[in-house]
Amino acid sequence: MSLLHWVIFTPFLFAFIVPFIYKYIRPIHTGWFVLPIPAALFILVAKHIPQVATQGQLRETIAWIPSLGINFAINLDGLSLIFGLLILGIGALVVLYSIYYLSKEKEALHNFYVYLLLFMGAMLGVVFSENIIALYMFWELTSIASFLLIAYWYQRKGSRYGAQKALLITFFGGLCMLAGFLFLGKITGTYLISEIILQVGQVKGHPGFLPAMVLILLGAFTKSAQFPFHIWLPDAMEAPTPISAYLHSATMVKAGIYIIARFTPVFGGGQQWFWLVSGVGLITLFWGSFSAVRQVDLKSMLAYSTISQLGMIVCLLGLGSVALYYGPGEGGAFYITAILAAVFHLINHSTFKGCLFMVVGIIDHETGTRDIRRLGGLMSLMPITFTLAVIGSFSMAGLPPFNGFLSKEMFFTGILKAAQMDIFNMQTWGILFPIIGWLASIFTFVYCMLLVFKSFTGKYYPEKLEKTPHEAPWGMLLPPLVLASLVVLFFFFPNVLANYLLQPALVAILPGLVGLSSEIEIIAPWHGWTPELIMTLGVIGIGIGLFLTFRSWSKLYTYLPQRFTLNILYDQLLIKTEDISRKMTKGYMSGFIRDYLLYIFSFLVVTVGGALLFLDSFVYDPTGNSTINSYEIVLAIIMLGAALMVLFAQDRVVAIIGLGTMGYVVAMFFVVFRAPDLALTQLVVETVTTVMFLLCFYFLPRLEKEKVSSSFQAIRVVISMGVGVVVTALALSAQGNRLFEPISWFFENSYELAGANNIVNAILVDFRGFDTMLEILVFCIAGLGVYTLIKLGLTRRKQDESK
Amino acid sequence: METLMSIIVGILFAIGMYLILSKSLLRIILGTSVIAHGSHLLIITMGGLKTGGPALLGKHFTTFVDPIPQALILTSIVINFAITAFLLVLAYRSYQVVGTENMERLRGNDNE
Repeated sequence: MSLLHWVIFTPFLFAFIVPFIYKYIRPIHTGWFVLPIPAALFILVAKHIPQVATQGQLRETIAWIPSLGINFAINLDGLSLIFGLLILGIGALVVLYSIYYLSKEKEALHNFYVYLLLFMGAMLGVVFSENIIALYMFWELTSIASFLLIAYWYQRKGSRYGAQKALLITFFGGLCMLAGFLFLGKITGTYLISEIILQVGQVKGHPGFLPAMVLILLGAFTKSAQFPFHIWLPDAMEAPTPISAYLHSATMVKAGIYIIARFTPVFGGGQQWFWLVSGVGLITLFWGSFSAVRQVDLKSMLAYSTISQLGMIVCLLGLGSVALYYGPGEGGAFYITAILAAVFHLINHSTFKGCLFMVVGIIDHETGTRDIRRLGGLMSLMPITFTLAVIGSFSMAGLPPFNGFLSKEMFFTGILKAAQMDIFNMQTWGILFPIIGWLASIFTFVYCMLLVFKSFTGKYYPEKLEKTPHEAPWGMLLPPLVLASLVVLFFFFPNVLANYLLQPALVAILPGLVGLSSEIEIIAPWHGWTPELIMTLGVIGIGIGLFLTFRSWSKLYTYLPQRFTLNILYDQLLIKTEDISRKMTKGYMSGFIRDYLLYIFSFLVVTVGGALLFLDSFVYDPTGNSTINSYEIVLAIIMLGAALMVLFAQDRVVAIIGLGTMGYVVAMFFVVFRAPDLALTQLVVETVTTVMFLLCFYFLPRLEKEKVSSSFQAIRVVISMGVGVVVTALALSAQGNRLFEPISWFFENSYELAGANNIVNAILVDFRGFDTMLEILVFCIAGLGVYTLIKLGLTRRKQDESK
Repeated sequence: METLMSIIVGILFAIGMYLILSKSLLRIILGTSVIAHGSHLLIITMGGLKTGGPALLGKHFTTFVDPIPQALILTSIVINFAITAFLLVLAYRSYQVVGTENMERLRGNDNE
C-alpha cells in the first residue's frame, strides 16, 4: 500500500465514520470534521508536483487478484496530477462552503458528506487508476454518487427526475465505455493504459479499432455532457449548489475530458477521432452558449455555460490530436499548443466556474431566488459577492486581466489554424471552425453580462424576494474568494503553471512528441495586433451591442420549435420503454398458474426434446434390456388401466381408487426390481396417502366436469403428449448412453465402512446422511404447515363463534 | 423390460401433465401424485433393471442391482408424501376460506 493508494482509500474509509460523527457530535457542523480530509490529501498530492515535473510519472502497484495477475496499479503523471489537485482543492473549498450553505439543524448532513466523500474517492480512483477495469469501476461509482447527490433533496420531484436522468444517461455511456475497454483489452491483451499506449500500432490496424473508439467516446461524451447527451446537466442543477459547483462543473463532468485526453495517444491522429471529438465539441460549444442566453434561472444558465465550456475543451483536444498525425517535427508543433490550451482552460474553467457557482449559491441563499427576472440592484447590498461575480464572469467572457482571456485567445489561435488545415477534408469544412467558435464566444459574452448585470445592477425589488438580502458570512465568501484570486493570479503568472503542471500533462497526452525538457509555447497576454485580438475585440463589441438590445431580440427564442427538443425525445423514450415493457410483462404474466405451467413445460419439451433431436443424442439400444415376464405385463396393464381411470374419473372416489391402485402396482414393481425397502415404504406411504385423500375429500366439493375452451384443450393435449414423449425418449437414451462407470461398487463395502448389510440403508443413514437429514427437515416443515393450516382455522372459528 | 418401463413412464407423465393443467385443485393434486409415481419408476429404470440380487450383503448374491437409485427414490417417496399431505390440507383450507377450489377464481388482487 503506497501513499497514493491511501489517497484514494481515505475518503472511502472516512465515509464510514461520518454517520457516527453526525449522530454523536450534533452541536458541531459535520462539515468541520470532513474538511481536513481533502485539505490534507491536497497537500499530500501537491507535494508530488516537483517530482512529477522532473520525472514525468510515478507508478505504484498493489496486488488485487494475484492469482489472475490483476493488480491495482496507480499512475500519477501530469494529467492525473492536475485532476487530483482539482478534485481535492476544490473539494476542500466546497466542503468549507457547504458548512455555511447547509444548515446543521435542518439538513441530513450525514448523507450529504457520505455521498461527497464517496464521490471524492471514486473520482480520485478514476484519474489515478492505471488499470482500465478499475477505472471503469470508479467511473460508475462517480455516477452513483452524482445520482445520490442530485437526489439529495429527494422530497422534490425535480430532484428525483434530474437524478434519474443523469443516472440513465451516464450509465448508458458507462456501459458503452466498458464494452470499448473490453475491445481494447482483447486487441492488446492488457488492461493497463501504459501498456496499451505502447501497442498503438497494433490497435490502429485492428478491425476493432473503430468500435472501441466510438464506444469509449460515448462514455466520455455522456459524462462530459456533450451534445446530444448534454440534457442531463441542466436537470442535475437540482442538487445543492456546493454539489453543482463541485461535481457538475469542476470535476465529474471533466471525467469525460480526462478519458479523451488519456486515450488521445491510443486513438488520436486519425480522421475519425479528429472529426468526432472536435466536431462534437464545436457543436456543444455553440449550442451550450446559445441556450444559456435564454435561461432565466442563474443555475440553469451556468449549467448551459458549463456544457459550452466543456465543448470548447473537447474541441481543442480534437484539434490537438492532429499533432499525432504529423508526428515529431515542425508540422505538429502548432497542434501541441491546442492541447496546451485545452489543459490550461480546463484549470481556468474550474476556477472561474467554481467561483461563479458559489456566487450564485450565495445569491440563492441570501435572497431565496435564482430567477434573474426577480433579482436586481444587489450591488450595493452585496459588494463582495458582486466583485466575485464580476471576476468570474469576465474571465468566462474572455476579458483581461483574467485567466479566461489567455485560454480564449489560445482557443482562437486553434480554430484559426484549423481553418487552414489541408488534411481530413478540412479544406471544405475548416472554415466552420472559426465562424462557429466565434459566434459561440459572442453568446458566451452575452450571458456572462446577463449573469452579472441582471442580478447586481438595475432596480432593486425587495417585494419580489423572500428574504432581505445582505452580504454572506465569511465562510461562504472565502472559497469563491480563493478561486477568484487564482483567476487573477493565473493571468499574471501563467507560465509557472505551465512549467509545473501543464507541461507534464502534455507529456502524458502526447508521449513521444513532448518531453519534460522540450520547449513549449510561452503563454503571454500580448502578442501584438493579431487576428485573435481582433476577434476578441469583435466579441466584445458585438456582445455589448447584443446585451444592450437583448430585450428586442430575445423573443427569437420563442420561435424555436418546442416540440422536438431532445428533452421531449428523452421523456418520450422513457415513457415508451416503460409502456412496452409493461405491455410485454402483462402479456405473459396472466395470473393463471395454468399458463405459467404451460410455459415451463413447453420450455422443457422444446429444450430437452430439441437437444435430443438436434444433437443426435437420442439412442435406442435394447440389447442390454432384461427379460419381461408374463406377470410383469399384467402389472403394466393394471398400471395403465389405473392411470386412465384417474384421468377419466368423474367421481372422486374412483380417482382415489385409481391412484391407490397405481401406488400398489408401483410397490409390486419395486418387488420385481429387487428393491424390498422401496416396496415396503411404498406400501406404507400409499396406504396413509389414500386415507388422507379420503379424509380430505370428505370436506371438499365433488369433481365437476371441466369446461375448457377447445383451443386450450388442444394445447393441453399437445403439451402433455410432448412431455410424455420427451420423458420416454430421455429414459431410452439413458439406457444407450452410458458415459461413466457407475459408482455403486463403492457401496458394496458398506459392511466394512458402515457396519450395515443393507446397502440402501447404509447409503441413506450414513453415506448420504445429510440428504436424509434435509429430507426430515422438509417433512417437518410440511408437518408444521399442515398443523398450522388446520389450527389457524380452528382459532378463527372460535373467534367467529365468540362474536 | 427397460423399454416397456420407459413407455409406461412416458404415459404416466403425459397423464399427470394433463391433470396438472386442469382448473380443479383436486385434479392438480392427483396429477402431481401420478407424476411422482412416474418419476420413481423413471429413476429406477435409468439405473438398469434386474442386474442382480437385492442390495443386501451376506445373502449369497454375487451381483447386486444398483443401490443408488433406490436410495434416491426412498427419499423421494417420503418427500412426495409430505408435499401431498400439505397440498391436500391447503386445498381443504382454501376451500373453507374462499369457498372454491377452481384455480380460475383463485386469483391475486388487482394490484399485482
